[in-house]
Amino acid sequence: MAEFLVRRVAISIVTLIVISVIVFTGVRMIPGDPARVMAGTDADAAGLEEIREKYGLKDPVPVQYVRWAALALQGDLGRSIRTRDPVVSTVAKKLPITIELASLAVLIALAIAIPSGVLAAVRRNTAWDVLASGASLCGVSVPNFWLGIMLILFFAVRLGWLPASGFVPLWESPIANLQRMVMPAFVLGAALAAVLMRQMRNSMIGVLAADYIRTAYSKGLAGRAVIFRHAIRNSLIPVVTILGLQAGALMSGAVVTEQIFVVPGFGRLIVEAVFTRDYPLVQGVVLITASSYVLINLLVDLSYSLLDPRIRIGGAP
Amino acid sequence: MNATLDVLPASSIAEPAGLLQRGWRRVLRRPVSLVGGVIVLGFVAVALGAPWVARVDPTATDWSQIRKPPSAAHPFGTDDLGRDNFARVVWGSRVSMQAGVFSIVLAIGVGVPLGLAAGYYRGALDQVVMRLTDAWLAFPFLILAIGLVTIMGPSLTNATVAIGLGATPTYIRLTRALVLATAAEDYVQSARALGAGDARLMGRHILPNIFSSLLVQATVSIPIAIIAEAVLSFLGLGVQPPTPSWGTMLNAAQQFLDSAPWMAWWPGLAIFALTLSFNLAGDGLRDLLDPKDY
Repeated sequence: MAEFLVRRVAISIVTLIVISVIVFTGVRMIPGDPARVMAGTDADAAGLEEIREKYGLKDPVPVQYVRWAALALQGDLGRSIRTRDPVVSTVAKKLPITIELASLAVLIALAIAIPSGVLAAVRRNTAWDVLASGASLCGVSVPNFWLGIMLILFFAVRLGWLPASGFVPLWESPIANLQRMVMPAFVLGAALAAVLMRQMRNSMIGVLAADYIRTAYSKGLAGRAVIFRHAIRNSLIPVVTILGLQAGALMSGAVVTEQIFVVPGFGRLIVEAVFTRDYPLVQGVVLITASSYVLINLLVDLSYSLLDPRIRIGGAP
Repeated sequence: MNATLDVLPASSIAEPAGLLQRGWRRVLRRPVSLVGGVIVLGFVAVALGAPWVARVDPTATDWSQIRKPPSAAHPFGTDDLGRDNFARVVWGSRVSMQAGVFSIVLAIGVGVPLGLAAGYYRGALDQVVMRLTDAWLAFPFLILAIGLVTIMGPSLTNATVAIGLGATPTYIRLTRALVLATAAEDYVQSARALGAGDARLMGRHILPNIFSSLLVQATVSIPIAIIAEAVLSFLGLGVQPPTPSWGTMLNAAQQFLDSAPWMAWWPGLAIFALTLSFNLAGDGLRDLLDPKDY
């Protein structure tokens, strides 16, 4: 177990280092003077000199990388060109909004995927299965931004039930917040629900064929008890893994969803940063996103090795 | 009993069905996939024949025809600059197809050789390639594409390259895993025992045997790439106006949802129909190529 933990953590650290090298090199590939790229086109000579000094732009590139990485580890990712605010605090302000959106999306996705996946597996090859699999295929194929536009068209423009866009902080008015979050969360969760439902169905079918399920039936347990107490719980492990791997898709989806519903989160921040050529902000956001993806998947791997004793014996994943 | 066997003409003994015939029978067992495949081919035909399908110039503006609902003259209506939406959807299929197919061709071109080398030679090379792949995979697809487009500037070519590079790690991993499994097979080992070199083993024995799995993966990733192009164009990071693309059309449509909802219907329906058909056809292809089912 300890060996597995160490190995898994070591791989994550190497991955994080490679990510930082890629991000560092990426910004260097932007044509022009790196100091001007980081300070912005309207910076004066003193501003440029300050940047050159801070990042040691006259030193050899590997030395520059180490200095940049050391600053990044201390939470200094530079300042936004546009607002002059530190990148880290800008991101920290926007992140809770996106985390709320993503959490709601995951809840909606699980609420759809688990019951329908179980139903499709238990009633395999019936109309229910075909219906659930068909819905899942549509969920994977529908472009989420179009789904968002269609929902606005129907629920906001046609029926007038929900506001089309905008954002109200949760602590100001939870109801107004949820009214504005339910459509974006559904749009973000739809594709995830489709992927998770497929996974739930497949792993449930696998579990239902296992010996311990036959044992549970043969010792006289009712069908309902077998499904709820034995089958569902054991089918959930691969679903949790997929959920971790889908974290990246969720972040990508948040960019688009926030753009459509004008939710002022992390995703809108990165799009604005790209259009204003705010390179330090883009760099910071990309670095934070990729690092959190690595950490989320590290946590997922560690958590299910704790949940399922068989994984510990297997050693390396 | 014996007599009947004697008189039975040799020709009436059932011939084992050929590969194509067996394949066709399996295709017919999945009519939905067949329909999906036909629709995909339909989109390919529309993309190739865009100038003949849409007689109107997709970029021609007409100030007297701004945001007109669908009619005989404009079956999909007109947009905010009075352009014919039908022509724009038709020409948009070219952009989608280009981005979808070329980005995956790029991903295969980069990913398969890397995965092949990593899986075949193992050792330090494998470690380096896999750690790079892990890091590359940690960038969410769209975030990576946004980062690359920021560096390279927004255009269809750059969006295609960005999507292709985003899809590359999947192909590296898949190829490596397939090579690891295939290289251990008896037929590869016996070819090696007969003195076949690395290049021959990889080119003649391993690659042809993993080809079908790569093809199936391509049918999964092309629809994802098509949606990715639409998303990048929707965000303004892909195709630039006035070139018609489904993503940019939806971007424009968003401002006129209450007055001209048809502007949003058709480009979105086109993306949905194309990706759904691709997925259906891909499911069928997977069944067709999966030898486990025989």
